[in-house]
Amino acid sequence: MKRLKEFGYFMGFISMSLAGVLIFVLIPFADVVRRSFMTVMSGEFAGLNNYKTVISNQAFRLAVKNTLHFVGVAIPLLVVIGLAAALVLSKIHDISVIKSLYLFPMAMPIATVVIVWRMFFYKQDFNSLVISYLWKNTGYTIVLWLAGIAAIPNELIEAARVDGANRFQCLIFVKLPCLKGSVYTIVILSFLNSMKIYREAYLVGGSYPGKDIYLLQHIFNNWYVNLEFDKMAAASVLVAGVLFVFILLFQYYSQNI
Amino acid sequence: MASETVTKFIFIAAGIVICAPVFLVVTGSVMGQGDLYECLEPVFMHGTGFVSWKLIPQYPTVENYFHLLFYSPEFFVLFWNSVKLVSLILLGQMVVGVPAAWAFATYQVRGKNVIFTVYVVLMLLPFQVTMLSSYLTLDRLSLLNTHWAVILPAVFSTFPIFVIYGGFRSIPKALIEAARIDGAGELYIFFMLGIGIGKGGILSALVLGFLEYWNMIEQPFAFLEDKTLWPLSLYLPEISWMQAGFAFAASVVMLIPAVFVFIMGQDYLEQGIVYSGLKG
Repeated sequence: MKRLKEFGYFMGFISMSLAGVLIFVLIPFADVVRRSFMTVMSGEFAGLNNYKTVISNQAFRLAVKNTLHFVGVAIPLLVVIGLAAALVLSKIHDISVIKSLYLFPMAMPIATVVIVWRMFFYKQDFNSLVISYLWKNTGYTIVLWLAGIAAIPNELIEAARVDGANRFQCLIFVKLPCLKGSVYTIVILSFLNSMKIYREAYLVGGSYPGKDIYLLQHIFNNWYVNLEFDKMAAASVLVAGVLFVFILLFQYYSQNI
Repeated sequence: MASETVTKFIFIAAGIVICAPVFLVVTGSVMGQGDLYECLEPVFMHGTGFVSWKLIPQYPTVENYFHLLFYSPEFFVLFWNSVKLVSLILLGQMVVGVPAAWAFATYQVRGKNVIFTVYVVLMLLPFQVTMLSSYLTLDRLSLLNTHWAVILPAVFSTFPIFVIYGGFRSIPKALIEAARIDGAGELYIFFMLGIGIGKGGILSALVLGFLEYWNMIEQPFAFLEDKTLWPLSLYLPEISWMQAGFAFAASVVMLIPAVFVFIMGQDYLEQGIVYSGLKG
């Protein structure tokens, strides 16, 4: 009885959100899955044809390659730079000014960023994209790491010191293992923010930017503009599926380390 | 400690470099045509070389702002579009998201973890992946090319739920139990205890949300054809280089509310970042 009641309350509070998510995302996404197996014009069953078209599409392959390249370079860089800065900052008192300075790019309107970008990175290449990402997100990452470092029990570090561990040993054997829990969060949020780099890439480079920075988002946008919904549907299902599996695996591993 | 001062100095110096774009935009906004042309010419005319920049303009002028305020009625329309979109999105997110976060934080029910994981995945899906499904729904509801096409999907974003949830998690379970024993109803507990103690998370979600939607690009681009419906964030990058001064002044106007929210909400911004750490 109590369980049923609790379930009722839970559903009551979450109902609006759940209804919205179902109406605006989940049900239409099911429709997208259905469309991914059909031709766009006549609506006939097309089997895996759309998927085959998408996977063999040169532009799609380029976009996947570039996106993976970006994610693979930018996220580790951001995570490591953020950690290094946070480790130093965690020993300094009164760092609120520093944190403000590093967080400020989050408040900077994208148009401002783009103006400055055009002034200095007229090349619009891969590196400028990475720099722009680091510039915007380092503060965010530092704050997350600092929260993780603050949660390490002081006694643990003191005990290690008493046992004769030097600073470096303390870092490797005590602090870093304690921070493993933060990695999941930080990587997930860095990924979330890495997808937003498309704004800069698009605003500076347009729909067809340099070959190095043609991202997945570009190709989706171009298909959308050209009404190539069959390809878009198949690619949406592919990307969502890969992300879903990746997140589950990542969640599983980070819980079982 | 001397070494601490040195480290601090290095970090602050780097931080000032990080914030430099603001100075560039502000000084650019008070430069006249001639000054700007001289500074920007190497890049925009020849595509090579570097811009030269004067920290203090030789002949400061307010002509750009004058032009913006008195000769650009469309600017105000777009500015108010931005204000309207952002306020309605944030309002909607709170109405929908605060109770949802409360549900996650307070009740232990079967299947909660499944919904939670689905929400995490939805949060991480890039806009473009769900663009087609949003388009199909908005088309069916005949909302395309109206402000609702941008507002409604954003209202049901799952990101703010995790931030608000972070605030609710800090409320001790024992406190809620005690209120129940005293005979308080669930709604009463939610409004008095939940929102009272968990308002940090709510404010954090508002600050993060403001900074996000004030800079919206993809959603209005995909769902708003009529340029008079556009928010400022989408319009500004379209200003051509012949009007650089105007673009700078417009950027400054766009920057002011963001800076205001940033300064007022700085603590909540930090807290929000930590809260978004989605611990299940």
